[in-house]
Amino acid sequence: MAEPKKDDVLFRPVDRSRFQQEKIVRPSMSQWKETTVKILRNKLAILGLGLLVIITILAIIGPHLVPFNYSDQNLSGKNLPPGPEHWFGTDSLGRDMWARTWYGARISLTIGLAAAVIDLILGLIVGGISGYMAGRGKFGDKVDGFLMRIVEILYGIPYLLVVILLLVVMKPGLWTIIIALSITGWVGMARIVRGQILQLKEQEYVAAAEKLGTPHRKIIMRHLFPNMIGIIIVNLTFTIPQAIFAESFLSFIGLGVQAPIASWGTMANDALGVILTGQWWRLFFPGFMISLTMFAFNVFGDGLQDALDPQSKE
Amino acid sequence: MYIFKRILTMILTIWVITTLTFIIMHSIPGDPFASDADVLPEEVLENMRAKFNLDEPLPVQYVLYLKNLVQFDLGPSIQSETRDVNTLISDGFPASAILGLQSLVIALVFGLLLGIIAALNHNGMLDYAAMAFAILGISIPSFILAPLLINYFAVKWGMFPVASWGTWQHTILPSVALATAPLAIVARFMRSSMLDVMNQNYIKTADAKGLAITGIVIKHGVRNALIPVISFIGPLAAFLLTGTFVIEKIFAIPGIGKYFVDSIFNRDFPVILGTTIFFSTILIVTLFLVDISYRIVDPRIKLTSRGE
Repeated sequence: MAEPKKDDVLFRPVDRSRFQQEKIVRPSMSQWKETTVKILRNKLAILGLGLLVIITILAIIGPHLVPFNYSDQNLSGKNLPPGPEHWFGTDSLGRDMWARTWYGARISLTIGLAAAVIDLILGLIVGGISGYMAGRGKFGDKVDGFLMRIVEILYGIPYLLVVILLLVVMKPGLWTIIIALSITGWVGMARIVRGQILQLKEQEYVAAAEKLGTPHRKIIMRHLFPNMIGIIIVNLTFTIPQAIFAESFLSFIGLGVQAPIASWGTMANDALGVILTGQWWRLFFPGFMISLTMFAFNVFGDGLQDALDPQSKE
Repeated sequence: MYIFKRILTMILTIWVITTLTFIIMHSIPGDPFASDADVLPEEVLENMRAKFNLDEPLPVQYVLYLKNLVQFDLGPSIQSETRDVNTLISDGFPASAILGLQSLVIALVFGLLLGIIAALNHNGMLDYAAMAFAILGISIPSFILAPLLINYFAVKWGMFPVASWGTWQHTILPSVALATAPLAIVARFMRSSMLDVMNQNYIKTADAKGLAITGIVIKHGVRNALIPVISFIGPLAAFLLTGTFVIEKIFAIPGIGKYFVDSIFNRDFPVILGTTIFFSTILIVTLFLVDISYRIVDPRIKLTSRGE
């Protein structure tokens, strides 16, 4: 057999190296593993996670690192700036700010996280059902209408009235605060989830899944929620600081944590009166911790969004 | 027909809100005349109770209130001797509405811009800068930001009046203080949503066809990314337009924000109900407008099975 000539345009040997590029090198991974790998590769997300871990550890052991209790008053040592003895200074009653900051972290982080989790669960259920049922026959319209009227009613009734009513029925404490925050907290999440579902369910892949006979529950869980993970995470990262601040307002009207218990919100609130006297540490430490926690949640949330979003495969 | 049905539902919803608020406000302890009880003789107190129908049984009070309500009469205020609830609202609403509208515009314009710029520079310097600003904006509450703004822009640099209301300059600082947190939230929503949308196939198609990047971003990107922002600003608009307790207090603005809080602490029942009905009406109308704008932004969205 004669070798084909070099200038033979019709018969040329195939360049085998080109097939090499199409070989599947990357082993297939489960979603869970893929998410973990993606997060671990994202330096900012790791920074956020690290900060959250450090803040949590300090919330647990922080108050025990100094020989002061969060409620110990020392009137001869009040309004001290940060120094070797009082690392974060002292407040107007001579209480150690380091002990109070980390004791407050326990309260504020618990409230923030609990409020976020409850908002997330209720918001996803109500918003998901409402958005998915809208435009799906007469019954679907009724379900959407009914759930959205509930949302309107909960938005409409004065929040303060509900909170005072709660105060009458329940004792002030951590759980009362969390319930007070959650009663109306989830409606915002529900409206946002509904809006997203209304848009996403008209996409081609949902139509395809539906035609293939995928059950509704699976369409919502596997196709709709993962595609709106970014918006959900962004909304969650706002819920946490908002809950931390709302708690300080509840404390102010007597429903929140009671003095001498500290929380970041109440510490920031207490410091407002001295904001112009130069005692910067009073506002700085609780304020900085709120911002730092926010920052950590945000960058970790961004990393999580990139890792979980099915559209952002490289 | 559809509009007519929606309006009927709105009225029904407002009636439910009114009824529930009526029940809750009468089931919490407290009395509008609690502070006068020690100084005034019993006969005077009884007369005052009778004047506001508080001596009637609750169901009678409820029916009397609804009777006035259908004639758009929100009744007298117990605290204010000279002004009834209708006047309280019509006197205070303009200031609150101007402030709310300005903050809304600031939050929307700058929030959207910031979010879009951040998304287009994903993981670039501009993205980090915009998001650092957004994180600061959301973690500084308005009651801390407002005194800081006054201290620098009004007291130290004298660029704006310290407080009170009157000229356009008076509205700048409170609008900025009020807009910062929503601005940050809008920016975060927009960035996240834009990142999603810019990954879609139709964007790649438009890009491959060689369309100009600004056209792609505005026509295909922003439009499809707006839904979460719209969901968020609907209720926000209602809250901003009806005034905010904290900002109006700090800047001494004669708005209606204070009545929402003061009326509850004073147990000024007609004002509680009046402000609640006023707020709920605005809220329900904005939520309706949100639903309509979903369809304007994305015509594929179906709100009801008849496709209206």
